[in-house]
Amino acid sequence: MANLKLHNINKYYGAYHAVRDVSFDIPAGEFVVLVGASGCGKSTLLRAIAGLEEISGGDMTLRGTSITRLAPRDRNVAMVFQSYALYPYLSVRENIAFGLRARKTPDAEINTQVAWAAEVLDISDYLDRYPRELSGGQRQRVAIGRAIVRDADLYLFDEPLSNLDAKLRDGMREEIKKLHEKLGKTFIYVTHDQIEAMTLAQRIILLKDGQIEQVGPPLDLFERPRNAYVAAFLGSPPMNFIEVNVSAGSVILPDGQALPGCAMPDGIYTWGIRPEHFTADEQGPLLAKLDVIQPTGARSYGTFYIAGNHMMAELDAHAANHGQTHLSVAMDRTLFFDPATGEAIP
Amino acid sequence: MIRWDRGWRLYLRVALALGITLVFVFPVYWLAMISVKSPDEIYAYPPVWFPSEFRFSSYVTLFRDGDAWAVWNSLITAGVSTVLAMAIGTTAAYSIVRFRTGGENLAIWIISQRMIPPICVAFPIFLLFVSWQWIDTRFGLILLYTAFNVPYVTWMMRGYIQDIPLELEHSALVDGLSRWAVLRKVVLPMARAGLFATAVFTFIFAWNDFLFALVLTKSEAVTYTVKVTGYFGSQSTFWSKIGAMSMLGVLPMMFVVATMQRFIVRGMSLGAVKG
Ligand SMILES: Nc1ncnc2c1ncn2[C@@H]1O[C@H](COP(=O)(O)OP(=O)(O)O)[C@@H](O)[C@H]1O
Ligand SMILES: [Mg+2]
Repeated sequence: MANLKLHNINKYYGAYHAVRDVSFDIPAGEFVVLVGASGCGKSTLLRAIAGLEEISGGDMTLRGTSITRLAPRDRNVAMVFQSYALYPYLSVRENIAFGLRARKTPDAEINTQVAWAAEVLDISDYLDRYPRELSGGQRQRVAIGRAIVRDADLYLFDEPLSNLDAKLRDGMREEIKKLHEKLGKTFIYVTHDQIEAMTLAQRIILLKDGQIEQVGPPLDLFERPRNAYVAAFLGSPPMNFIEVNVSAGSVILPDGQALPGCAMPDGIYTWGIRPEHFTADEQGPLLAKLDVIQPTGARSYGTFYIAGNHMMAELDAHAANHGQTHLSVAMDRTLFFDPATGEAIP
Repeated sequence: MIRWDRGWRLYLRVALALGITLVFVFPVYWLAMISVKSPDEIYAYPPVWFPSEFRFSSYVTLFRDGDAWAVWNSLITAGVSTVLAMAIGTTAAYSIVRFRTGGENLAIWIISQRMIPPICVAFPIFLLFVSWQWIDTRFGLILLYTAFNVPYVTWMMRGYIQDIPLELEHSALVDGLSRWAVLRKVVLPMARAGLFATAVFTFIFAWNDFLFALVLTKSEAVTYTVKVTGYFGSQSTFWSKIGAMSMLGVLPMMFVVATMQRFIVRGMSLGAVKG
């Protein structure tokens, strides 16, 4: 059962084509993350779904009825904004109750709903305060509370965590995931942060320049990216790319080193190796001259150059820089791309 | 941070502020004293700084003869035109900011209307009022003041509304409000300081108007500014009545400014930051 269906959505800002032929279906109850670099049109698309942005072409249906031409208030969606968008002149309680009052909900019901949301988000003690008296994290909770008290068909989140510091962000991420499990509602969550996308999504929709690059479960996109852009976008530190020549089952690197065990047909490829595909190994076929080592505590990352190409390998936490290091490569996990188009070659 | 409010600097600043205040308050004080002095004291030389006795007979006369009616006229025309101009101007400003009504230039054109020297249009308006039989009606004055103040209100409110984060309005729209409800429940509360400051200046403009009131009223709709001038006679000048009438004109303004002071200061500084 598709809850939200987008069909060929287009949006122009003047001559600028911000959203290009975007189509997707979201089943009821799914947690979908729209992810992409800054300026790729995520917010525009989300605002279009909410009815805040007039679209230039296409059609949207929610629960089987077209909402393309409906005013925002007739779409029954709830939205959490990046800046929280709390009303400074209203108490936390009234901020949360705002949407219910707008819809003429009886007072008794407002009270129970607000109390419930405050309980869920752990802000019951702040209900009589004003937004300016809250910390960033608390404001964020109020903003989420304002959305979840509403019985909406669709919950939209536009980078809700991007204004929080890293530690708070990890905590809230977990809570948002729990919240989704508790509510069982359809969530569309926008972020530019690939970690948020990977950890939260049941399905990721990856956008680039207003266009969908790939849709699928996070691990599918991570392991089987359609092209080099998707491969580079997901994963941190990002995938290494290098132009190689495959010949008789060996990958020939530009500096002449040959790595055996490749199943690709002969030819020239862009080779994609994630840092974790490398292992320090005395017997390893790849000789790398380590440049710097960056420990993160759990793992360390060593950088080296192959014929001028910057590469990064994940090493043991205590890896030391001995200059020349032998590495082995998990050949079957690495990816090959068409050097001209960037398309993945299976 | 340099502390300017310590030691002799503090005294200097307070003394300076007091001096300046004194200069500006003195005429008001003098006016107030004239209104309660006896005729002898008014003309006495050297001047009498403080009357021997407060005589309120001029005030009594003003109310008994119905002259105080002119202050009521001023209150009604300034008050109603302020409310109208605020309503129209704020709505127009919202439309210009959010829907780019009139493109880039409408806002500039609107404020340019305010630059017209009133005397240029006084005569055409007089003829218009004669043919529409609006001469000497409060209705006519109200419409005129409204028309003159709408550009100012639109211009000022445009600045304040531009400062309201768009997401606040978006959030309200998604939460179920109509545009008009957003204007009422989000825009007005957010622009409150600016709204009050603008309203005060709008009110002052209408309250201070002399030119149009002089040209367009005779007796029924005369405002206090015009009425005061009637006490300057070729034979005799009724200083005491002038003083009393002026006080009636000054007091409402003092009241307005005193109660709105907080908003006026905040509203003006908001506008100043905008540039
Ligand atoms: N109101 C607007 N007018 C003109 N261009 C806009 C407007 N809003 C967004 N854009 C442009 O559209 C593109 C997508 O914006 P946005 O959806 O906000 O990106 P994202 O949320 O993915 O960072 C950007 O290049 C941005 O500059
Ligand atoms: Mg955005």
